[in-house]
Amino acid sequence: MEERFDCIIVGAGPSGTTAALRLAREGLNVAVFERGKPGAKNMFGGVLYSTILDKLIPGFWKEAPVERHVIRKRFSLLSSDSEAAFDLCFNAFDRPPFNNSFTVLRARFDRWYSEKAEEAGAVIVTGANVEDFIVEDGAIRGVKAGMEGGLVRADCVICAEGVNSLLAEKAGLKKKPAPESMTLGVKEIISLPKETIEDRFSLEDGQGAAFDFFGAALGGAVGSGFIYTNRDTLSVGIGCPISVLKEKGLRPNDLIEGFKAHPSVGRYLRGGKMEEFSAHMIPEGGYRAIPGLVRDGLMLVGDSAGLLNPSIFREGTNLAMASGLFAAETVIEARKKGDFSAKTLGDYVERLKGSFVIKDLKRYRGVPTAITSIPGLFGEEPEAILDFLKGHFTVSEKSKDEIHSELKKAFRDRVSMKRLFLELYRASKILR
Amino acid sequence: MEKKTLPEKLFLLSFKVDRTSHLILDKEACMRCPESERACLWICPSEVYKWDAEKRDIIVSYEGCLECGTCRIACPSGALEWRNPRGGFGVAYRFG
Repeated sequence: MEERFDCIIVGAGPSGTTAALRLAREGLNVAVFERGKPGAKNMFGGVLYSTILDKLIPGFWKEAPVERHVIRKRFSLLSSDSEAAFDLCFNAFDRPPFNNSFTVLRARFDRWYSEKAEEAGAVIVTGANVEDFIVEDGAIRGVKAGMEGGLVRADCVICAEGVNSLLAEKAGLKKKPAPESMTLGVKEIISLPKETIEDRFSLEDGQGAAFDFFGAALGGAVGSGFIYTNRDTLSVGIGCPISVLKEKGLRPNDLIEGFKAHPSVGRYLRGGKMEEFSAHMIPEGGYRAIPGLVRDGLMLVGDSAGLLNPSIFREGTNLAMASGLFAAETVIEARKKGDFSAKTLGDYVERLKGSFVIKDLKRYRGVPTAITSIPGLFGEEPEAILDFLKGHFTVSEKSKDEIHSELKKAFRDRVSMKRLFLELYRASKILR
Repeated sequence: MEKKTLPEKLFLLSFKVDRTSHLILDKEACMRCPESERACLWICPSEVYKWDAEKRDIIVSYEGCLECGTCRIACPSGALEWRNPRGGFGVAYRFG
């Protein structure tokens, strides 16, 4: 390995690889240090948002290992035994650029993407765990990887280490995140024949669906569940704030088992074979949890920087790729000046602020606190709402007037209307 | 669909196990942590941490760690020194 690079990137996920690809194309001498093989350590819910990727590799879906493009979205409110759902299908998303939404499996996608950076000239060092930075006069000037010859210098470092931001903490840019700002995602890959998936989810070849489940998805705890369709597998999982798991003494494996056991979820999985079980944290602290993003010789990108939209949009990969791109463009400018100080690298922060990344995080800054301030919507309220609806559609010999007055009374006895409206108002901030 | 136990689920995965643990517990700090607050004992998705009532000790089965980092965030006592496994070691997802 060369002794010195123009830029070293820690982590071969979407943000790091985007930065590497951009810098390598510019002719910079760039290395990516990845502690596993690219993709082997990465997991996410399932939808890659590809606006940035399509600019870097136009029509990438023709060669990338994408699973399906999402044309169908379904939002579902579960009670313990019933479901109310809102189902959207946009056939216009069936044409390029496919609404920039593709289900992918990260072990495959990240590997492919990393190869693209390598083809462009980036050096990808695998099995290299960066344990610390080289610091000179307060500036980051390289990395210390736990391997022979692991001390490698560079003009600057882009830290794309991911959600476990050990290096960012060492660099003094952030503290250990609070349990309230982190969500645990647990996922299973369940295989089914391609045709079965298409029939079951009302899809044609190549089309995909993203189903999100709220309400009692976690048996009364704050959090949600999901099913996303891949080519011949489903990504099935749950997300629950770590503060909630901690306070309620919940076991993540019990939550995903409970979710799959719900009749409105289990029917989609029937006959499936479990292929993989995985867990990964999601930085859902939003705008207020964004750490310091630069210091002399260093920039944070992607999950390490907490760049994830925690609202209903659930966008992460596009924010990660945008941040990697902005960091790379900042390095290119800094190199022209020959100045990698925090002041010059601060241009990266300005680029983020001027883009959808920080604009959206700012708009949804209230979401992380809102989500734990609406516990009724994960507990008694969906039960009461679905019992009301069930009663409404139950066929009997009672008159409709009689049924309605009974249902209204039963509903008001169970749920405080004041609290319900307050919680719905708070929830609407997450949804809009 | 067929139901799997957690050990069966972990058996689906491929791990390259290092000789030593990347999860270091300061046992003294652990013992000061009230038993009802030891979140590691329930919060880990692969149940790496188990309480051995006989030995009155927390057993760390780091071999099955999914490297999610939840235990580090949840640990109330700061007893846990959480590192990544050495380069090339640990879990390797086939799907992800």
